Amino acid sequence: MRKDSHPARTAWLVIAGLLAMMLLFAGCGSDDDDSTSGGETVEKLGKGEGKVNLISWAGYVEPEWTKPFEQKTGCKVNNKVAGTSDEMVQLMRTGEYDGVSASGNASARLFEGGDVDAVNVDLVPNYKTIFSDLKNQSYNTFDGQPYGIPHGRGANLLMWNSEEVQPAPTSWDVMLDPKKATKYKGKISAYDDPIYIADAAVYLKAHQPDLEIDNPYQLNDEQFEAAVDLLKEQRPLVGEYWSEATKQISAFANGDSTVGTTWQYQYFALQEEGKPVKASPASQGFLPSEGATGWSDTWMISSEAENPNCMYMWMDWIVSPKANAQVAEYFGEAPAQSLSCDQTAQKDFCAKYHAENPGFWKRVYYWETPLADCGDGSGDCKDYNEWVQAWTSIKG
Amino acid sequence: MRLSRRSALLLRLAVGVGLAFIYIPLIVLAIYAFNSSNVLEWPPPGLTFDWFPKAIEEERAREAFVTSLKAGVVATAIAIVLGTLASLAVARHRFFGRETISFLVILPIALPGIVTGVALNNTFTQVLGIDLSLFTVIVAHATFCIVVVYNNVIARLRRLSPSFEEASADLGAHTWQTFRHVTVPSLRSALGAGALLAFALSFDEIIVTIFTIGNGEETLPYWIFRNLFRANQLPIVNAVAVIVVLLSIIPVYFAHRLTREEGATAGARGGAGAVGGKDETAATAMP
Amino acid sequence: MEAEAAVVRRSVGRRLAGLFHGRPRLQVGALLAGPVGWLVIGYLGSLAVLLAAAFWSVDAASGELVQTFSLENFQTLLDEPVYKDIVGRTVLIAALVTVTDAILAFPIAFYMAKLASRRGKAILVVAVLLPLWSSYLVKVLSWRTMLSSGGVIDWALEPIGLSGPGYGNTAVWLVMSYLWLPYMILPIYAGLERIPNSLISASEDLGASPFTTFRRVILPLAFPAVVAGSIFTFALTLGDYITPRLVSNNQFIGNVIFNNISNNLPLASALALVPIVVMVAYLLVARKLGAFEHI
Repeated sequence: MRKDSHPARTAWLVIAGLLAMMLLFAGCGSDDDDSTSGGETVEKLGKGEGKVNLISWAGYVEPEWTKPFEQKTGCKVNNKVAGTSDEMVQLMRTGEYDGVSASGNASARLFEGGDVDAVNVDLVPNYKTIFSDLKNQSYNTFDGQPYGIPHGRGANLLMWNSEEVQPAPTSWDVMLDPKKATKYKGKISAYDDPIYIADAAVYLKAHQPDLEIDNPYQLNDEQFEAAVDLLKEQRPLVGEYWSEATKQISAFANGDSTVGTTWQYQYFALQEEGKPVKASPASQGFLPSEGATGWSDTWMISSEAENPNCMYMWMDWIVSPKANAQVAEYFGEAPAQSLSCDQTAQKDFCAKYHAENPGFWKRVYYWETPLADCGDGSGDCKDYNEWVQAWTSIKG
Repeated sequence: MRLSRRSALLLRLAVGVGLAFIYIPLIVLAIYAFNSSNVLEWPPPGLTFDWFPKAIEEERAREAFVTSLKAGVVATAIAIVLGTLASLAVARHRFFGRETISFLVILPIALPGIVTGVALNNTFTQVLGIDLSLFTVIVAHATFCIVVVYNNVIARLRRLSPSFEEASADLGAHTWQTFRHVTVPSLRSALGAGALLAFALSFDEIIVTIFTIGNGEETLPYWIFRNLFRANQLPIVNAVAVIVVLLSIIPVYFAHRLTREEGATAGARGGAGAVGGKDETAATAMP
Repeated sequence: MEAEAAVVRRSVGRRLAGLFHGRPRLQVGALLAGPVGWLVIGYLGSLAVLLAAAFWSVDAASGELVQTFSLENFQTLLDEPVYKDIVGRTVLIAALVTVTDAILAFPIAFYMAKLASRRGKAILVVAVLLPLWSSYLVKVLSWRTMLSSGGVIDWALEPIGLSGPGYGNTAVWLVMSYLWLPYMILPIYAGLERIPNSLISASEDLGASPFTTFRRVILPLAFPAVVAGSIFTFALTLGDYITPRLVSNNQFIGNVIFNNISNNLPLASALALVPIVVMVAYLLVARKLGAFEHI
C-alpha cells in the first residue's frame, strides 16, 4: 500500500490543532462559573432527607455518636475523611457534600468562593450554650454573620518517642533549630501542608523578636522569607511529611519517625498500641515554650447542600452536650459546648484541656487563611497562593 | 540457538534474578496477609488465616469488587467497538491522517494519568456540568483501553490477507455479511486478547479513577486506596489483594491460550501478535 | 418458484451495505466517526480546555479563576528553580527506570522467546503477567514496608553490615522499576519471538560468536520492541505521584500538579504541559524507531 506521504506532517497538524484549541479557549475564556453567589440561609427546618454527606478530620465522625444520631433523625451519615484543609476546600468545591468541619485556613476561602452559606443559628438550639470566646470570631464569622457552628479546638502537639528522644524536649527547637534537630535527622515528622510555615513563624516569634512577628499567618516579605528559610534548613532533616493521620501513626509505630508535630488523635492511637510516645506535659501547660499553632474548627454548610435539613440536625447534634463531650474525649480536644464539661467521662477533662480558660488559648494560634491585606485591610502580607508556592520550594 | 554452557548458565541466572525481583515483594505482601498484628512490622509477630474470611465478609470490598467488574466489562466493550472500528479503517483504507490514528490512540495511555484524570474531571464537572459517577469512570477507562484493542486487532488485520474479504464479496456477500462471517471470526483471538488486557487495565486503574469517580461509588482500587492507611483494615486489604491475584490466574492463562491458538503471543498493554512458529517469514528471506 | 427465490430481499443490512459499497470515503468516515470523535472531541478537547487554564490565573482568597490571558504561570515555572529541579529529577528517574527495566527484562524475554519449552513459555508468560493483576497500590505499600527502617530490606542486609536505602529517590527508582517491569518484558518477548530462528542459525553458521550474534543480529532486530516497552516505563514513571508520595518525601511532576490542582489550577495546567510535551516528543521519536509495530 502506498504510504501516506507525509506521516509526520499529519502528526504536527494534530498538535497544531490542539495548540490552537488551547489558545482559543484561553483567549475567550469559557463562561463556566464555578462559584455560586452565596446561597440562601435556611429559614425553617423541614423533614430530614434521609442522609447527609460530610467531610471531616479523622476522628470527628465516629460511630459512637453517629449511630445515635442516625437512629434519632433517620439521617444516614456518609463521611469522607480529609487530611488537609486544601483537600477539604477542593472537595467542597465539587458541591457534592453537605457540610465540612472547616479549620480557619479553609473557612475564609470557602466563604470567598461562595461554597458555604451563612448559618441560621436560631435553628441550632445548642448554639446558645457554646463558649462565648468561640462565637463571632474572624474565622467563623463573615460579613457580620455566623457561618458555622464551632466544633472544638485544640493545639498541635509536639510528640516524641520517649525511648529515642532524650532529654524530653520543652521547645520546638528539637525540630526547628538546625543545631538541635540534626540529632534526629531522618526521623522528624512534619505536617505536609503550606500552613506549616506558620509553625516556623511561631518559633521565630519567640526566638527572633526583631522580626516583630505578631500573627504567624499574616506575614510580610521579611518575616515570610525568614520562616521559609528556616523550613528549608529543616528539610534535609525531615524523615517524612505527613498528611494522613494514619500514615503518621504507622511511621511512629515502626520507628521511621521519632519526633514530630501531630494531633491528639495520633497521640492517643499510639499510646493505645503501647508505643512509648509522649507529648508536652501538664507542667508545661501542654505546649512547648513558644506556644503552638492549633485549630478551632467550625461545621459549615455547603451552599449546594442537597440535604440541608439533615445538615442542620447534624450541626445541632454534634454540639449537643453529650455528643460534643464524646467527640472531645475521643479526639482529645477542648469541646465547644460549655454544657459538655458535665458530661465527660473524665471528670476533669475540661480543666485538663483548658476548655473554660480563654487565657490558655492566647498561646495557641488557630489556623487562619493568609490574606494579602493581612486580614484587616492594613498591610502587605503574603497571600495563600504564595504560601503554597513557597511550600513547593521548601519541599524541593 | 547454540549457547555456550557458561552463557546458558548466566542467562538462567539472570532469569532467576529477574523472577525473584518480581516475586519477592509479592511474597512479602502475601505474608502480611497472614500477619496477626495490625501494624506492619518485620518480621510479623504471628500468622493467622483470619483475614481471608474477614476480607470475603467485608461488604464494601465485595461491592467494590463488583463495581470494578461492572466498570471493566462496559469499558472493555466500548474499547472493543471503538478500537476495532479504528483499526478496520486504518488497516483497510488509505486516507488523510491515517498515520496519526495510532498516535492519537496511544495518547491517553502515554500521557500522565493525573493529566488525563484532571482534564476529564474538568470537562465533566465544569464544561458538561454532569455529576461524577460510575459512568464517568467508564468513559475514562474506555478512553485509554482503546489502544490495547486497537493494537491487537490491527496487528492481526495486517497479517490477514484482504483476499479473503475480496473472495467473500465476489461470492455475493455484502459488507455486513463479509464482516460477520469472514472478518470477525478471524479477529476473535485478537479481540479476546485485547479484551482481557483492556479489562486488566481498567480493573487495576487508580489515578484516573480518583478524579472521575462519584461520591458514593468505589472500584476495588479506590476502596484499597481509601483503606490503605487504616490500621484495622490493612491486613484485610492485603488479603483482598492476594485473593484477586489468585483469582486472576484463570483469565491470564486463558489470555495466553487464546493468543497461542493462532500462533500469536499476547503482550501486556496491547501485545502485538507475533508471528507464530519461528521460521515462516525467514523462509522467504533465506536463499 | 425459482424466480421468486432469486429475488433478493432488501433487508436493512443489505441496503446499508449498498450505501457504503464503492464509497470508500463514506466507509472510512463511518468507521472513524466513533473512535476519532471520542478521542479528538472528548479527549483532546478535554486536554485543550484544561491546558487553556495555563494561560489564566487564580484569585488567592476565593480560588476563582481569573480568565484573563497571561503568561505568569510559565514565568513562575521558569523563575523558581524548584520546578526545574523537580522536572529534572522526574525525567532522570524515568530514564533510569527505563534503562533498568530494559536490562532486567531482556534476559527473561530472551529466555521465554528462544530457549523455553512450550510449557515453560506458558508458565513464564503467566508468571510475568500475574503481578499485573495484583493491585498497584498494595504493591507499593508492600515496598513501603519493605523499605521502612527495620523492614525486610534492612533485615536482609543486616548480616552483611549494610542497611537499606530507606525512603527517597533510590526507593522511587526501585519501586518503579519493579512496577513497570512486566510492561517491558512482554513487548520484548513478542519482538524476539518474531525473529526467525533461521536468522540466528545463519549468523552462527557464518562463524559469529553468540555475543556477536546477539550484538549484530538480535539486538538491532529487537530494538524497536525495547523502545515500545520503554514508552510505558517512561510514561508511567513520568506521571506517577502516588509512589513518590508513599516511598519518598521528594516531589515529582505529578505531585506538584496534584498539590496545585485545587489551589492554583492554572499553575498545575502550565506544569502539566511539561510531561505532555516530553511524551509527545518521545512518542514521535519512538514511532520513527519503529516501536509502534511492537506495542
